[in-house]
Amino acid sequence: MSTRNAICPNCGAEIRFRWSGAVQTTCDYCKSILVRNDINLALVGKAADLPIDISPIQIGTEGLFNTKAFQVIGRIVYRYDLGTWNEWHLVFTDGSSGWLSDAQAEYAISFGNSFTDAPPAPGQLQRGMMMVQHNVPLYLTVITQALYETTEGELPFTSYDKEKCYFADFRTNDGRFGTVDYGEDPPLLFLGQFVEFNSLQLKNLKEFEGWPTA
Amino acid sequence: MNPSTPRKGFVPKAKALNCPNCGSQIELRALGAAAGVICSYCSSTIDATNPQLKIIGQWQAAMTIEPAIPLGSRGKLKGVLWEAIGFQQRGINVDGTNYFWREYVLWNPYQGFRYLSEYNNHWNFVTPLQTLPAPTTVMGTPGLILGPDKYRHFQTARAYTWFVIGEFPWMVQVGETVDTADYVAPPKMLSSEMTENEVTWSQSEYIAGTEIWQAFQVKTPCPPASGVFANQPSPYAGKVAGSWKFYGLMCMVLFAMMVFFAITARGQKAFDKTVIINPASMAGEKSFVTEVFTLDGNNDNLEVNIDADVANKWIYLSMALINEDTGQAFDFGREVSFYFGTDSDGSWTEGSRSDDVLLPNIPGGRYYLRVEPDTDPTLAAPVSARIQLVRGVPYYLRYFLGMFLLLIPPIWTSIRAAAFEAQRWNESDYAGGGSSSSGDDE
Repeated sequence: MSTRNAICPNCGAEIRFRWSGAVQTTCDYCKSILVRNDINLALVGKAADLPIDISPIQIGTEGLFNTKAFQVIGRIVYRYDLGTWNEWHLVFTDGSSGWLSDAQAEYAISFGNSFTDAPPAPGQLQRGMMMVQHNVPLYLTVITQALYETTEGELPFTSYDKEKCYFADFRTNDGRFGTVDYGEDPPLLFLGQFVEFNSLQLKNLKEFEGWPTA
Repeated sequence: MNPSTPRKGFVPKAKALNCPNCGSQIELRALGAAAGVICSYCSSTIDATNPQLKIIGQWQAAMTIEPAIPLGSRGKLKGVLWEAIGFQQRGINVDGTNYFWREYVLWNPYQGFRYLSEYNNHWNFVTPLQTLPAPTTVMGTPGLILGPDKYRHFQTARAYTWFVIGEFPWMVQVGETVDTADYVAPPKMLSSEMTENEVTWSQSEYIAGTEIWQAFQVKTPCPPASGVFANQPSPYAGKVAGSWKFYGLMCMVLFAMMVFFAITARGQKAFDKTVIINPASMAGEKSFVTEVFTLDGNNDNLEVNIDADVANKWIYLSMALINEDTGQAFDFGREVSFYFGTDSDGSWTEGSRSDDVLLPNIPGGRYYLRVEPDTDPTLAAPVSARIQLVRGVPYYLRYFLGMFLLLIPPIWTSIRAAAFEAQRWNESDYAGGGSSSSGDDE
């Protein structure tokens, strides 16, 4: 993992990149959203304050997925009708990137993937419908309309111009899942699996007052 | 660092908030993790995901129930520390009768949410499921398959929330109605809850109330469970198969003993003589005694075998086995008759030319037989009868009797197990019809 340093164009603080593939990051100090263009950092906006943040995960948390070590380097907070959920951006020791989602402490790991079959159009989404991707039958369980509440740290794409969009969550009979993100055209596919909190062997978690550390 | 700056990587205890409806102070345990907080004073549901804490709904609860596990108490279950943060009473209505059960929300900041459910003091530890169970058929009824287990459909109902207090991961309120379905594979159960927009699945595992009482250090006594619950493990589970296995094992032992004693039986011929019975001499003194023979061993059995060349006639032998030294006599009588012929149905036979009887427990010693033959005096031809005595023959009846008596425990266990299952399924949608009920749920 190469690290490259830069200076925040807003406050002058040092910006440290943990991942060479990062396209966007947020200044730790002034919360400016910074997009990397070649060698310069462009100020594109300011991250909103996190609403009520109770995820045990934080930037810098480390863990294991299928014996591969990862580090949490970024985060997107989505807001929908019934609250918020987190997508933590992971970078693995081999440089690949993935996502750890934390929805009310239900954890899942996923990776961007290509469609082997065309996804249903947003208007065709219906709970219970089946879609097959990479020979995995996926059943649509939840259709959510969500927007970026805020971001933190390094992301593989820019977030500042995102609007409210559809997310279709699919589940399987064997603990895997898929998400179609209709925020891009064409939509993005993420495939992964639900994980037990303990199986991730997370280190450098947040501490909760009055609770023994996990 | 100035004191107002939050410590990085540290989440302080949530502060109490004032109910935006009635102003009462509400203690918060999982603010941010919980979505809905219910004011214990005015029953308002407050949106805890919104910093403005807006009121979602108000519904005057028709009842007030004190949770058996006080909210805020903590207990370690399955190796994880949980805090009870929410409580609701829900009910279903079956033929005009309300059946109530209670649910507790458990929370751990790292592990998330689990639930405890309680009905008639039967408890379950409930884990939300991310995997979709696949439909299948179990014993002719609809079922689900998840991992290695097959779950049988138990009940479909509409659950109504009657009372709610504390914090929930969703915006629960009194009056909430969901369609529920339960599938059982004791001690596990799969349940679905369906609203217009969402289906959620959970897996329950039956747990003893005393285990919860101990974990959460509940001060009140733990009330005993009544009746049989949907996924309560049967006390006979495994015992039915075990009792039949034991039976099979005992049969094998008996069979081995039978073979052993058959092989090692003395089987010694003590006497063998053919006597001629002449019908013409049936008048007057016709009894005779045999020569003396020796019976070895002590209290062994003695088989008396008679073969007679009877053809459409009978003979009767009154016999006494007499000990030459003590005079002790064993009296017995045997008939040998054999008839045959032809009629409209073809040929027929009746009786047998040979007869044997087993005399048990004959002491060893020197014996002779006194024989008094009898036959139909009107017949002309004499009959020859061969009398053989065999000392120590294998004896099989006791083994078969043993195998029969050993059947009683496994049959009893099977009956008790079936009665337990009947009591379980009597609470289901399949009550009365038993396991053979064909589903109108198809």
